[in-house]
Amino acid sequence: MKFNVLQHRLVPEHRLLADDEAERVLKALRITKDQLPKIKKADPVIQVLERVHGPIAEGRIIKVTRISETAGISEAYRLVIGR
Amino acid sequence: MMAARGVTKRIRAIRFALLSPDEIRRMSATKIITADTYDDDGFPIDMGLMDSHLGVIEPGLRCKTCGGKVDDCPGHFGHIDLAMPVIHVGYVKELKKLLQATCRRCGRLLLTKQQAEEFRDEMEQMEELGGEQDIQFVTKETAREATKRQRCPHCGEEQQKVTLDKPTTFRESGHKLTPKEVRERLERIPNEDLRVLGINPDVARPEWMILTALLVPPVTVRPSITLESGDRSEDDLTHKLVDVLRINQRLRENRDAGAPQLIVEDLWELLQYHVTTYFDNQTSGIPPARHRSGRPLKTLVQRLKGKEGRFRSNLSGKRVNFSARTVISPDPVLSINEVGVPVEAARELTVPIHVQSYNLDIVKEWVKRGTIPAAPVGEFYIPGVNYVIRSDGRRIRVTDKNAEAVAETVEIGYIVERQLVDGDIVLFNRQPSLHRMSMMAHEVRVMPHKTFRFNLAVCPPYNADFDGDEMNLHVLQSEEARAEARVLMRVQEHILSPRFGGPVIGGIHDHITGAFLLTYKDAKFTKEETAFILSKIGVRDLPGPAVKKGGQEYWTGKQLFSMILPKDLSLTFKSSIAPKGLTSLRELKDEDALVVIKNGDVSSGTIDENAVGAFKGKILDKIARDYGPDAAREFIDKATKLAIGAIMVRGFTTGIDDEDIPEEAKKQIAEVLRKAVADVEALVERYKRGELEQMPGRSLEETLEVEAMKTLGRARDQAGQIASKHLGMENSAVIMARSGARGSMLNLSQMAGSIGQQAVRGERLSRGYWNRTLPHFRKGDLGAEAKGFVRSSYKSGLYPTEYFFHAMGGREGLVDTAVRTSRSGYMQRRLINALEDLKVKEDGTVRNTGDTIIQFRFGEDGVDPSRSIQGKPVDVDDILQEVLGEEPSWQERLREQEMASYGLTEKDMNPEVSDEEVEVEEEEPGTEE
Repeated sequence: MKFNVLQHRLVPEHRLLADDEAERVLKALRITKDQLPKIKKADPVIQVLERVHGPIAEGRIIKVTRISETAGISEAYRLVIGR
Repeated sequence: MMAARGVTKRIRAIRFALLSPDEIRRMSATKIITADTYDDDGFPIDMGLMDSHLGVIEPGLRCKTCGGKVDDCPGHFGHIDLAMPVIHVGYVKELKKLLQATCRRCGRLLLTKQQAEEFRDEMEQMEELGGEQDIQFVTKETAREATKRQRCPHCGEEQQKVTLDKPTTFRESGHKLTPKEVRERLERIPNEDLRVLGINPDVARPEWMILTALLVPPVTVRPSITLESGDRSEDDLTHKLVDVLRINQRLRENRDAGAPQLIVEDLWELLQYHVTTYFDNQTSGIPPARHRSGRPLKTLVQRLKGKEGRFRSNLSGKRVNFSARTVISPDPVLSINEVGVPVEAARELTVPIHVQSYNLDIVKEWVKRGTIPAAPVGEFYIPGVNYVIRSDGRRIRVTDKNAEAVAETVEIGYIVERQLVDGDIVLFNRQPSLHRMSMMAHEVRVMPHKTFRFNLAVCPPYNADFDGDEMNLHVLQSEEARAEARVLMRVQEHILSPRFGGPVIGGIHDHITGAFLLTYKDAKFTKEETAFILSKIGVRDLPGPAVKKGGQEYWTGKQLFSMILPKDLSLTFKSSIAPKGLTSLRELKDEDALVVIKNGDVSSGTIDENAVGAFKGKILDKIARDYGPDAAREFIDKATKLAIGAIMVRGFTTGIDDEDIPEEAKKQIAEVLRKAVADVEALVERYKRGELEQMPGRSLEETLEVEAMKTLGRARDQAGQIASKHLGMENSAVIMARSGARGSMLNLSQMAGSIGQQAVRGERLSRGYWNRTLPHFRKGDLGAEAKGFVRSSYKSGLYPTEYFFHAMGGREGLVDTAVRTSRSGYMQRRLINALEDLKVKEDGTVRNTGDTIIQFRFGEDGVDPSRSIQGKPVDVDDILQEVLGEEPSWQERLREQEMASYGLTEKDMNPEVSDEEVEVEEEEPGTEE
């Protein structure tokens, strides 16, 4: 890997959620997994995360923490899908 | 009835399928074999294209299939059996994919069993996680993977390269594949392999993409029209089908007669051409089929596609009843919530009134009046009734003759369509509708004359002017709609824009000039003048005079303006007339440019654009936020009327003599300009001698250009400054520019001083002749005049070369607006299409119709911009001030405002015009900057 995209200043923080944590998030939002925004397994960010956590299965949830112009810090979640 | 309008069935999914030849023949009412349409007596020929089994278009005749008359029979399909199979143009992409992904011998998908299994699993997973589009990605990937394989894993056959020769010819390693051969290959593909490719073989076998039978649409879809001369004119589709039938016939005859292969192939190709153009007459790669007159035929695809197509024109854009359109004109005495409707329109537009016990008597009275009731003395309009709808749904037109009789029959349960009256709520709209503020609810005021009228303060959100603009009006037909419109869509609810949280409705042009004249410095008014101004806002009792001088009583303008402010309003801000940049308190006070309002009293400062203007009005903003829409509406109504009263008392005019400056000043300007030109000359000289010092990152030529532009720009500014020294605050044009009513100081200095450097693409003019702009100059002349510097002012007039340069610069402006409008219109359309069905749910998330989350919190902070203070949910400073009664220093207050101000102008507000409605406004002539 040439460089770590997560260290780029335009790429927000991505974190892989543990299964129980993911469960809690879904419960708090009162949604099912398929209602989450998606992120592809082939996404460079996932590639980086896989180097840390080992292979990430489809269906796992990534937490994205952004610096937001309006809210200061905003949190979003993405569902890992194939390809 | 209204109650029956609930949702009875919900569409969960739409499944697309192919029509099999069997199905085509099954649904066909008759086979079509002859290309003739009507016989000599004008009756449809059996098994012809207008066969009466296909439906009826002439009144009186009956359909031979269902027996229905014109309005009862929906029409029935027929079919043509094609002598040889042809390719359906709509499916060539799919066909190519299928041919490439399957074996040329055994028809199996070119993947091993294991690979296929993997892809199938992936599809299932996708389905589980939701995402229709992602499933399509997988199938695409599957096909791509299969195409890569050179040898069939099932039968071992070596694969060859299949290419598509657009539009409809397939080749395999250069050899042409006939549709027949293609069809045979597709037939061999097993069902299981199709599923992996995203095709459901139960409803769509690929060989059905090759046509053996052609469906003929009912005559109701392609009606022929009879001209006055008695001649019949057939629909384009019928013409095309005639072509298909003729060639089909010839092909069959030739084939059966054993004609040479070459002739058969030619005819086959011709049939393919006709069938292709029957579907899509704009297929690239083949000439469009034309009518005898040379006009291209409008075939199936053309009926559906584009702005005039079925979808955008007939399905998304429906025409409606209970609407009106006419020219608009201004009426400053109307409230911003009102719209003036001409009597003629009011008599056509109706509101349905349900007859109940409480209104039975009065409704009967209305009906009795007929359609055009005579108004009693003192009134000029009373509403009539156009239709009465009985309980069984029958509509009875009310006329002067039957009015009395119909009125007697009216009973509970009837609906009476009453004409518009004052106070009815209607929707008012101006295209292009780019905002939610492009369509707002107004209260009706029926008025004489023939235009719609509304308050000038509402021009900015509609982006309307009165140079011939027309607007639309829609009358709401249900109680729910009226209630909703009143609460959500009324003009007063839209004073604050959701886009930047500031006011979009407010004073413009004369309102601002008027407010300025009313409040600038110690403007005061005599008793008569004061009475006149206050009469505009309905004040009956004069307040006490503020000033007594020489036995005369005077009222100050600030005093009058304070009368319409809420009693507890406190505010400090800079006027629009304040000089730019950092200024001392002293400077502001001298210019009367620091507005201080304390407990509803304007103690100092001039009321102008920054106080009451649309987009910028600080007072407007504060009142709309803190006192609510009702108070804001009242304030705008009164402030504009007050301003108009003031401008009427003072009188206001502007003319060319506003730009008059003394001879002395003219000389000074001429000197400044002469010197600047000489400076440029010196620069050029230094450049030629190679003494010019190169700027970092720029070539020598660029350095010269930059320096020249700088010098000339400075000269123009200096000329402007000299001119404006002689144009004081008593000058009408200056008042307008400084107060923000219209025009800018730049405009004025261009009129009085010098127009300055003309530019195209931000550079001095350089194109035209070889090495020069015009033949008036020497080749290679790099001086100011030769490259588009206009020394003259608009007032003095331009020299011919200057005039030409000015036209060059001006044209760029025009071209830019034309290009920008069409491009941003298209961008807007695509954005709207992408965002139209997103909505904010109760939990604060933004979701689409599939209920998937788009944003976890609206705008990430969940704040509605139109209800926030400069983007923050609460204005802490304001609350502190209110609670503690402490006043921050004026400097602190101003600094905050500057930091938070978005610096918006009217141009920012309405930058986009869609491609349909390109309106070129008097744009500033393109100069530099």
